[in-house]
Amino acid sequence: MPFDPGNSRKAGFDAGFLFRTPISGTIRPSMLSVSDLSCIRGERRLFSGLGFDLAPGEWLHVQGENGSGKTTLLRALVGLSPPAEGEIIWRGEPTHRLGEDYRREMLYLGHHGAVKEELTPLENLKLAAALDGRSLDDREAMAALHRFGLKGREELPVRFLSAGQKRRVLLARLVTRNAVLWVLDEPFTALDVKAVDMLSALIGEHLADGGLAVLTSHQPMPIPGGKVARL
Amino acid sequence: MSAFLAIIRRDLLLAMRRKSEVLTALFFFIIVVSLFPLGIGPEPQLLKKIAPGILWVAALLSTMLSLNRLFATDHADGTLEQLVLSPTPLGLLVAGKIVAHWLTSGLPLVLLAPVLGVQFDLDASALGILVGALLLGTPLLSLIGAIGAALTLGVRGGGVLLSLLVLPLYVPALIFGAGAVEAHISGLGATGHLSLLAALLALAAFFAPWATTAALRVSLE
Repeated sequence: MPFDPGNSRKAGFDAGFLFRTPISGTIRPSMLSVSDLSCIRGERRLFSGLGFDLAPGEWLHVQGENGSGKTTLLRALVGLSPPAEGEIIWRGEPTHRLGEDYRREMLYLGHHGAVKEELTPLENLKLAAALDGRSLDDREAMAALHRFGLKGREELPVRFLSAGQKRRVLLARLVTRNAVLWVLDEPFTALDVKAVDMLSALIGEHLADGGLAVLTSHQPMPIPGGKVARL
Repeated sequence: MSAFLAIIRRDLLLAMRRKSEVLTALFFFIIVVSLFPLGIGPEPQLLKKIAPGILWVAALLSTMLSLNRLFATDHADGTLEQLVLSPTPLGLLVAGKIVAHWLTSGLPLVLLAPVLGVQFDLDASALGILVGALLLGTPLLSLIGAIGAALTLGVRGGGVLLSLLVLPLYVPALIFGAGAVEAHISGLGATGHLSLLAALLALAAFFAPWATTAALRVSLE
């Protein structure tokens, strides 16, 4: 289904999609701006003419049916599969030209676990940081894991954890990575009520600190001030 | 540089936790090489003649066994996506993965080869040349194999396709590697062969990580 801004404006708590939203009275310059984006998967055009702007403290809720191209949009946004048309601008520069500078400020957590089953949560977190060229000491890593309710399981191989706990190990990277832009694909999958509240609070804090977030979710999001893109 | 060491450490740690995969390839090498003297019988002259070829072919096949898992497990659990999206250049991480692959599947072959060579009545100097040739040749196998592993990532029946793709590319390593030992035994000297192997290694070390990176990006799209 082609993207239709008129349709999206009717939906839910859309606070001025396609427009720069004044937050607390001042107009902030957008950090991430996407214009005229279209993606093709196989032979099918998933969406076209998609555009939005996000300023610091704003987040985008990508909605749509299964197979409508939510994950494809997110993958295009982070640079895993380049879009067929359109541009993604980060701090005034196209992301494909920024390369490492963009990837340093962006964190994408997808459908996959993206954690190593043979390693412990602590090793997973520390090695992920090391591969990104950052050093992470035990104390910081432990604090992140404790925040996600993994106390006492830091040294247990991940394959002994439940699906929800594996998800929490992955989400702990949100705390340790210090990214500005969070791109999260179905972040609430497999999480219990408490963890959903915790993650919502974490995203809220991130936005309050001037961060940005783009996420897909079928559930109504308990975070205020979001824009909506309906695919 | 710390990210380069970190990925080597990570892959070695994973290999330690999944010992069976590494050991399977090693025992395959030992068994294949040991079958030939048993099948052909105790004829020292003949065994000595076929020894370099058999050791090298077994090394190629054993490397093939472990190539599949070079990127496939990272691809399956989504960590490969995270490597691609890491601020660290992908080429550096890929180079680290290749080094780790050689440390777990190439280096053990180099260390085992002289022990197995004794079965073929090779003398000490020939064994020395064999080790030297394998030391230059096995990193070459890991480097070339990585390109194939990246290209066949996510393809159904990728294992067979990988063999068809990579084994022909291993031919120069086989010819110069086995040739070095044969030339030494026949008294011609192995320097020429070893120099050519070293040149191939230098060439592959430069281009293979780059080609593998490009192939990975295509496979992930």
